[in-house]
Amino acid sequence: MQFDQILQYTLSGLSTGAIYALIGIGFSIIYNATGIINFAQGEFVMLGGLFTLSCLEFLKLPLWAAIPCAIAASTLVGMLFERLAIRPLRQPTPINLVIITIGGSILIRGLAMLVWGKDTHAVPSFSGDTPIAIGGATILPQHLWIFAITLIIIAVNKVYFYHTISGKAMRACSYNRRAAGLVGIDVRRMVMFSFIISSAMGAVAGIIIAPLTMTAYDVGVMLGLKGFCAAIIGGMSSGLSTVIGGLLLGVLESLGAGLISSGYKDAIAFIILLLILFFRPQGLFGKADSERV
Amino acid sequence: MAKPIRSGSDLMKRNLLLFAGFSLLVMLAPQFFRGGYLMNVLVFVGINTMLAIALNLLLGYAGQISLGHAGFFGLGAYLSGIMTTTFSMNPWEAMPVAALVVGCLAYLIGFPVLKLKGHYLAMATLGLGIIFFIIFNETYEWTGGPSGLSGIPNLQLGSIVFDTDVKNYYLIWGVTLAVMLFSMNLAQSRVGRALRAVHDSEIAAQVLGVNARHLKVQIFALSAIICSLAGSLYAHTMTFISPTTFGFNFSIELLTMVVIGGLGSIYGSFLGAALLTLLPEFLRGANDYDIIVYGGLLVIMVMYMPGGLVRGIPALFRKIVKREAESGNA
Repeated sequence: MQFDQILQYTLSGLSTGAIYALIGIGFSIIYNATGIINFAQGEFVMLGGLFTLSCLEFLKLPLWAAIPCAIAASTLVGMLFERLAIRPLRQPTPINLVIITIGGSILIRGLAMLVWGKDTHAVPSFSGDTPIAIGGATILPQHLWIFAITLIIIAVNKVYFYHTISGKAMRACSYNRRAAGLVGIDVRRMVMFSFIISSAMGAVAGIIIAPLTMTAYDVGVMLGLKGFCAAIIGGMSSGLSTVIGGLLLGVLESLGAGLISSGYKDAIAFIILLLILFFRPQGLFGKADSERV
Repeated sequence: MAKPIRSGSDLMKRNLLLFAGFSLLVMLAPQFFRGGYLMNVLVFVGINTMLAIALNLLLGYAGQISLGHAGFFGLGAYLSGIMTTTFSMNPWEAMPVAALVVGCLAYLIGFPVLKLKGHYLAMATLGLGIIFFIIFNETYEWTGGPSGLSGIPNLQLGSIVFDTDVKNYYLIWGVTLAVMLFSMNLAQSRVGRALRAVHDSEIAAQVLGVNARHLKVQIFALSAIICSLAGSLYAHTMTFISPTTFGFNFSIELLTMVVIGGLGSIYGSFLGAALLTLLPEFLRGANDYDIIVYGGLLVIMVMYMPGGLVRGIPALFRKIVKREAESGNA
């Protein structure tokens, strides 16, 4: 096996891994603030890509303007979802929450199919398609965009969660919602915030990956599940360990698909998911804590 | 006004009567739809009822979610299909063998999987279902891959070959009624009470001497066996199977049936299965947009009728009657 080939697989794995990481952090943020696994997370990834397409084609906006519009539109959907489905739930048991977020994701996907049809759509890349050679491998400018934007988002996240009042309040909710409420934090607002942040992050992930993989109404399912795998590997943290989880998953998947069999590419992620859940439910880097078992 | 408390045997008599009435209706149904296209749909209602009951035993009684049940359904269908085509086994022998294999597999997987709770259990079973789906697609030397497996023989009893919709209707519904009766008995037995105890509080159940962990695994295996049986029957009535039937979407559809019908109610599972199987027939013009209806139904049911149709409709009815009475008094 040539080194060049492995390098190529690793590089492309890292870029998909970055996407998984972004989606995974979105999962973790909502989970930490509310205890909900939002099965609809992947749909925001799909919405990000498709809203960008609409802004470009129907509103004739330039790309730099289309992207913020798409993020805003997807975030609005996220807010509506929290407001209309999650908050009014009368019996918020884990099973009901699983079912309602699944129902919501099917509904969003179905409506997207109604709006954008069942075709796969191409989204133009941010800065051309001239390949760049690195060692014996080549990458596209879009890969660099993915790395850069992921890094920026992770940095912004860090600043938000550790250096702003509302970020600290959100962390307080994740430690103990009741105690957070007692010291005057509006827990409901924090829940709404967590949905806003994670749907915006999902949309960004969808926008930056769309030029590479194309987009369609049903891309959210798989991407969402892979993002969840990343979050599980990272122990549902909204920081570095989920990023590492995402990158690890991306690289393993890409190497597995390249060296073993491309048909089983998706199975790799789920086998990892099961192994982690069975043997290290606290995540690959977490301290033993049996809360999730 | 308090109703007099019924004794246990009275309740059992009432349940038996209800079941006898239901069976009679089921057996007479072909008389009304003789030979029509609807017969074919009703065969599917039977298969889906079995599957919904299987999931309901796990979700409604034991309180453990599974988003991978389509995988066990598919495994039963493929095992039956492969044994009867590639190895020319008798379908009557293939069915129990498939059920046994699926049951053992589920029993073994059940230990690590059912250790997980809530969202984590949902994700793990979902992952399992997707892995099964990928295996159906990728092991094409056995399963025929995405293009499917054809030429699966029909079941045969003496000189009767189950190859028409009407014959299949009686075959499938015979088994479905047996599964219903078995499940209702199970629910009212000691095991059923132990399951409900685990549902309400696993710790309390364990304190009272219920081996919660083992019980959950056993019911998971039983549920998988019923799915496998339904899968085998599906394979032998359709004579053709392909992976798309057994994907993630179908697991969700099963979940929708159970939730819509009512968690922890066997007749509810039938209601949910019947509604969701007949609905696409009425939405035929709507193409693939029926997915929106599923999603909407799930959300609306969980929000406004968490007890499902079997409890929600009587409650709604009582509310209306009460309101009428009040407005009558005023």
